Amino acid sequence: MTRRAAAALALCALALLAVPWVIGNEFYVNMASQVLIYALFALSINMLLGYGGMVSLGHAAYLGIAGYACILATTAGYDQLTAAVFAVALSTAAAAFFGVLSLRAPGLGFIMITLALGQIVWGVAYRANDLTGGDNGIRHPARPMPFGFNISDASSFYYFTLVVFLLALFFIWRFGRSPFGASLKGARDQPRRMRMLGHNVWLVRWITFVMAGFWASVAGVLYVYYNLFLSPHAISLQQSAEILLMAILGGASTLSGPIVGAAIITLVKNVVSTYVERWNTLLGVIFVVVIVFMPYGLVPGCAQAWQRLRNRIKGRKAVSPAASEPAQ
Amino acid sequence: MQWQFWIIQTLNSVAFGGLLFLLSSGFSLIFGLMRIPNLAHGAFFMLGAYFGFTLLQLKLQFWLAALVGGLGVGLIGIVMERFVLRRLAGNEQGQVLVTLGVSFIIADICLLVWSGDPMPLPAPQALRPPLRFAGFAFPTYRLVVLAIALAAAMALYLLMERTRLGAMIRAGVDDTEMARGVGIPVSRLFTTVFLLGATLAGVGGVLGGPILNAYPGLDTDMLPLALIVVILGGAGSLLGAFVGSFIVGFIYNFGIALVPDLAYFVLFLPMVLVLVFLPQGLFGRVQI
Amino acid sequence: MTTPALEVAHLSKRFGGLPATKDVSLSVAPGERRLIIGPNGAGKTTLFNLITGDLSADAGSVRLFGQELIGMPTQRRVHLGLARTYQILTLFPRERLVHNVVLSLLGLDRRRWNPWAILTASRDLYANARAFLERVGLGEAAERIVAETSYGERRRLELAMALAQKPKLLLLDEPLAGLSQPERQTVRGLLDAIPREVTIVMIEHDMDTALAFAERITVLHYGEVIVEGTRAEVVADPRTREVYLGD
Repeated sequence: MTRRAAAALALCALALLAVPWVIGNEFYVNMASQVLIYALFALSINMLLGYGGMVSLGHAAYLGIAGYACILATTAGYDQLTAAVFAVALSTAAAAFFGVLSLRAPGLGFIMITLALGQIVWGVAYRANDLTGGDNGIRHPARPMPFGFNISDASSFYYFTLVVFLLALFFIWRFGRSPFGASLKGARDQPRRMRMLGHNVWLVRWITFVMAGFWASVAGVLYVYYNLFLSPHAISLQQSAEILLMAILGGASTLSGPIVGAAIITLVKNVVSTYVERWNTLLGVIFVVVIVFMPYGLVPGCAQAWQRLRNRIKGRKAVSPAASEPAQ
Repeated sequence: MQWQFWIIQTLNSVAFGGLLFLLSSGFSLIFGLMRIPNLAHGAFFMLGAYFGFTLLQLKLQFWLAALVGGLGVGLIGIVMERFVLRRLAGNEQGQVLVTLGVSFIIADICLLVWSGDPMPLPAPQALRPPLRFAGFAFPTYRLVVLAIALAAAMALYLLMERTRLGAMIRAGVDDTEMARGVGIPVSRLFTTVFLLGATLAGVGGVLGGPILNAYPGLDTDMLPLALIVVILGGAGSLLGAFVGSFIVGFIYNFGIALVPDLAYFVLFLPMVLVLVFLPQGLFGRVQI
Repeated sequence: MTTPALEVAHLSKRFGGLPATKDVSLSVAPGERRLIIGPNGAGKTTLFNLITGDLSADAGSVRLFGQELIGMPTQRRVHLGLARTYQILTLFPRERLVHNVVLSLLGLDRRRWNPWAILTASRDLYANARAFLERVGLGEAAERIVAETSYGERRRLELAMALAQKPKLLLLDEPLAGLSQPERQTVRGLLDAIPREVTIVMIEHDMDTALAFAERITVLHYGEVIVEGTRAEVVADPRTREVYLGD
C-alpha cells in the first residue's frame, strides 16, 4: 500500500472512531450505526456484483433468514451467542443452497432466479404468521450483551457495530486482493478464458456467493440488534434493490464505493423522507439516472475528475482515462 | 360439497393460469428477443389493473376498458423502450436494473394516484351469475378469462408461425446479429415486441381486476410468478409460457387454498426440480 | 507403439440440422507439429472447441495421451495438460500484461483458492510471469495495460499465457491472424522455439508460414477430413486443391 493510501486510511479510521464524540446528538450516532450496517450489507452484495459481475436481486433474503432465526432462537430461550451463531449458520447454509440453484444459469438467468428466490423467502415471511408474525413482524427482546458489554445506548452500539464492520471490511479488502479474488474478477471478465486457463469458474462463483451470504447474514444479525424488530419489509425486493443501488451509486469496482453509496442513500432516505413522501419514486429515479449517466459510480467518477483537475493545475495535458490506475 | 370446492379451485387455477399466460408470454417474448428480463412487467400488469379501474369508473364498457387499458400500458412500455432502454444498448446488466428502477417509479405513482386501498374491478354484469351445469355452479367470469387467454394463445401462435412479423421475431430470437444482417429492422422489431408484451400485461391486469383487485403490491406479487413461469417453461418459448403458466397457476392456487402459510414455498419445489434437472426449462430455446 | 498425444475418433457435432463436425478422426503423435487447414466454415474452430470442451460432442471420443476427455469439464482438461489460444483475442484488457500471465499461472496453482493472501506478495508468480513475457519479447511491456498495446503484442501475450501453462498439447487457433509480415516472422520464431515436449496442433490460413512449420497436415471441408498426410503428400494431393478452388 502506498504511503498516501495508508495515511488516508488512518485518517478515516480516526474519523470513524471519533464519530460519537464529534456528533453529540444520539439521533445521528444511531444513523451512523445504520450506515455501517447498510455499508456491510452493500459490501457483501458487491462481492458478487463488483468483483464477480453477478447481479443478485434476492440478497435481502439472507438478512431476513438470519434476522428471523436470531429473533426466534432468542425468544425460544437460547443465549445470545448461540442464537447469533445459529442465525448466521442457517442463513449461510441457505446461501449455499440458493447459490447452487442460482448458478444453474449464469448472467441474466442468475438475476431472475435470485429475484424469484428472494421473493419466495419474502412470501414465506409474509404469510407464515405463526412463525414470523406476518406483516406485523416480530420483536427481538432486548439488545444483547456481547461478552458482557452493554450496547443498549447509541454510542456503545455504534462502537460494537464499528468493530464488526471493520473486521468484515478487512476481510473483504483482502478478499479483493487475493488470488481467489483475482480468479473471481477474471471469471467476471472472461469466463471462457478462465476455464481454459484451468480455473473452476462455477466453484469460484459459488464460494463467493456463500461468502457474500455470510456477510449479509452478519449484517442481518446487526440489523436485528439495532432495530430490535424485523418485518418482511426488510427482505422485500425494494430492500434488495436499495442495497444494489448503494453499491452501484458509490462504484461497484471499488472497495469504498459501496460504503459511500450506503452513506449517501441512508442519509438521503432519513432526511428526505421527512420532506418527501415519494421515496420510492426518488429511489427509482436515482436508479435510472445513475445507471444511464454514471454507470461506474461516484467514487471512480470523482477520482477521475480529481485526477484531471490536478493535472490541469500542474499544467500537464490531461492523461487519457484508460491509463489511470485501477481504483483501490 | 367437496366437488363444488374442487370445481371452484380448478377454475380459479385455470383462470389464474390464463392471466399468468397473458403476463408471462409478453415477458418471455421480450426476454427471448431482446435478452432483457423486464422487471417492470409486474408493474405493467398492476398499472393495467388501475387503468381498468378508472376506465370502468368512467362507465366505459368492460371489454373496451380492457383494450384501452392494455394499450395505455403498451404506450408506457414504448416510452421506456425508446427513451431509456435503447440508450443502454449493449449494457445488459444496466438494462435489467433500469427496468427495476422504472418498476419502482410506476408502483409509487400508482400509490400516489389511486391510494393504498385495494380497488375491486366489477366484472361485466352479464357474467356475474354463475353457470349452472349438472347440478354444479361454475364461476362464469373465470371461464371467460380462460377462454380469452386461450384465444390469445392461439392468436400469438398464429402470429409467430404464420405471419412475417412472427418470422422476423423468431429469427431475432434465434440470432439477433444474423437477423440484422439479413435486413430485418431489429430496432423497430424491439419496439413492436415491447409494445405487444406490455399491452398483453396491461390487458391481463384489467381482466384480472375482478379476480385479484388492483392493490399496491400486485406488481411484486405477480413478477416472481412470471419469472417462475419462464424459468419452468423456458425463455423465449410460447409453448413453455403456456404450459408453465397453467402449472404455476394450479400450484399457486391450490397452495393458497390448502396450505395458505406456505403458498410461495409450494412453488419452490417444482422450480428447484426444473433448475436441477433441466436448466433450460421444459421447452427452452434461449440459453438463459 | 507410443500413445498418441491427441487421438480423436469419430467425433461428430450437429447444430440444429447442420452437421458441423462429421465423423472426424485423427491422431497426433507426441512432439508432432500438426496443421489443420480448410476453407472458412470447414469446422476447424468447432473441432478445437470440441477438444477443449467449450462444445459438447454428439458422438465420438477425444483422448489426450490416452485419457478420455469427453464428459470432462474444460478446466479438468487443462489440468491434464491442454492449452489453447483463440482466433479472436480473449485477454483481460483492463489489466497489465503481467497480470494476464499471472492468471494463467494461477490456473494450475493451488494458491488460486486462497481468499486471504495478497496476490501481489507472491513474488515468485510475478517473476515467473515476467520470464514468460521475456520469452515472447514482451519483457519491457510487462507493466503496461493490455488496452495500450498493439495487436501484435497482444497476440504474443496470448502465446505467453498458453506457454505459461506448460502444456503437453497446445492448440493454436490462427496465431498469425492479422499480423504484419515482420510480426509473423517474430511469432514464427517463437513457435519454432517451443520445445518438443509440447505437441502443437495449429489452425492457420497463412499458407507460407504454416506450411513451413507443419510436419503433418489435416485438411477439413464441411466438417469432414478430406486429406491427411505429410506436408509433401497433402500439397501434392489433387483433392487439396479442389477443396480450395471449389468442387
